[in-house]
Amino acid sequence: MKALRSMWTIAKRELAGYFASPVAYVFIIIFLLLSGFFTFMLGQFFARGEASLGSFLMWHPWLYMFLVPAVGMRLWSEERRSGTFELLFSMPISPSQAIMGKFLAGWLFLGIALVLTFPIACTVEFLGDPDWGAMLSGYLGSFLTAGAFLAIASMTSAMTRNQVVSFITSVVICLLLILAGWPPITNLILRWAPWNWLVEGAAAISVMTHFDNLQRGLIDLRDLLYFASIAGFALFGTGVILKSRRGA
Amino acid sequence: MITAENVTKWFGPILAVDDVSFRVERGEVLGFLGPNGAGKSTTMRVVTGFLPASGGTVNVGGFDIDDEPLQAKALIGYLPENAPAYPEMTVEGFLRFTAEVRGFRGAAKAEAVERAIRTCFLERVRHQVVETLSKGYLHRTCFAQAILHDPPVLVLDEPTDGLDPNQKHEMRELIKEMGKEKAIIVSTHILEEVEAICTRLIIVDRGKLIFNGSPDELRSKATNAGSLCVRVSGAEEAEVVAKLKDAAGVKKVDVIPNGEGVCCRITGKADPSTMAQVILGAGWKLDKLAVDAGRMDDVFREITIPDTVAEDAE
Repeated sequence: MKALRSMWTIAKRELAGYFASPVAYVFIIIFLLLSGFFTFMLGQFFARGEASLGSFLMWHPWLYMFLVPAVGMRLWSEERRSGTFELLFSMPISPSQAIMGKFLAGWLFLGIALVLTFPIACTVEFLGDPDWGAMLSGYLGSFLTAGAFLAIASMTSAMTRNQVVSFITSVVICLLLILAGWPPITNLILRWAPWNWLVEGAAAISVMTHFDNLQRGLIDLRDLLYFASIAGFALFGTGVILKSRRGA
Repeated sequence: MITAENVTKWFGPILAVDDVSFRVERGEVLGFLGPNGAGKSTTMRVVTGFLPASGGTVNVGGFDIDDEPLQAKALIGYLPENAPAYPEMTVEGFLRFTAEVRGFRGAAKAEAVERAIRTCFLERVRHQVVETLSKGYLHRTCFAQAILHDPPVLVLDEPTDGLDPNQKHEMRELIKEMGKEKAIIVSTHILEEVEAICTRLIIVDRGKLIFNGSPDELRSKATNAGSLCVRVSGAEEAEVVAKLKDAAGVKKVDVIPNGEGVCCRITGKADPSTMAQVILGAGWKLDKLAVDAGRMDDVFREITIPDTVAEDAE
């Protein structure tokens, strides 16, 4: 109980920190503009003639690849640059509470941005007769992807006090996670090394494979486990890196 | 209250703290002295649980900092070097956050924050954003954070660094006042500060503890400590020296070149009143008689190795 309260205190401060700087507003505006642009221009929302969020949500992993590292890059680098890192870790909270608190703040923030895309869901409802189950599971997939990417950004942020380095590193990792299951890439792998297990293995670690299942309205425990383990691994990594930063 | 035993800290191949042990009880203000890069800050970071020690143990109020870090840290108030604080928060917001992390809720939280603001004279800047604070106010804000939960242990890393003379004085008075009931560790490289506030002091150099005792004990280690300085007029130099040399307990008499009268430094176990009698008995005029208590900076220089001799360790 006390642990949860400390975690929430950290999360509240961090979340307020987002809105105290222009980062939050810039992020939300760019996210909404880009997702609108992709949905209507590239996704051909109207020409599809489907009452679904497919043309909207399909772009989210690509958007998150750039935008989530921008949200996550300050999590620890900023803390170390300003020296508050030392303050935080001499207070009576455990490192895992601090890591989870900060992660939750970022995730909540991304959740707020995602919720603000509700007009698109309303549009679909207004124009047709959509499957709300599939739409909600699609949103869930988007939210989970954002969480997994944010955990990765948290890890790279712990590595360096330079936010640019942190940003680029996490963009590259997210890109790899997206591309591993992307057909052009899997075909390339297949041509180069014609073993199905390799392609399937690569696809299994890709965000896209699991994201697509949720888009189709398929909530499979394995997909949920996938996102949880990516986030869990990256947050655990954050802890290890922060510990080694203090120890060495 | 604080017990550090054989604390050792390696940064990769560099030994920053080498087998340092000390104790601090309630009512004591322990001064932590040493040249820059001697390992003062590192030792403090180990004591506060920010850095894990490579060897040795730290115990705060009965809790081991490694085994029960949360209980131990709850007893400590810590002012890190350079007084860090979240730049985008207001002073009050920052203190409210600290209070919450320390477990204060509701009315108790408001009260703790108010008390810290009052103690540290932050009333004027309470709604100001930390980023825009002057260095003095920033320092006080971070200090307020350290004392907010009224901890029995305070660890202050260069608390007067960057303050103007008035603020320095205020800070020292505050530390002295709090030192009556708390166990306080203060690091500094200003010797006058040690004289002003510390009941005991420790000197570290190159990670090693080289002195642990009271300020008086440190002064008594000076080569000149305990010697007498006299100024006599109405007599010839040679006469005075010869006479003083014969007096009981005198080991050596050195003449200090001086404009008026004869100035001598008398080393040995000579008693001031005996010396006065000797001089007055000879019919001379005694202008000045002083016992040299020894100068701290002399000792400090003697027992620490300057950077120019060996390379810096940190």
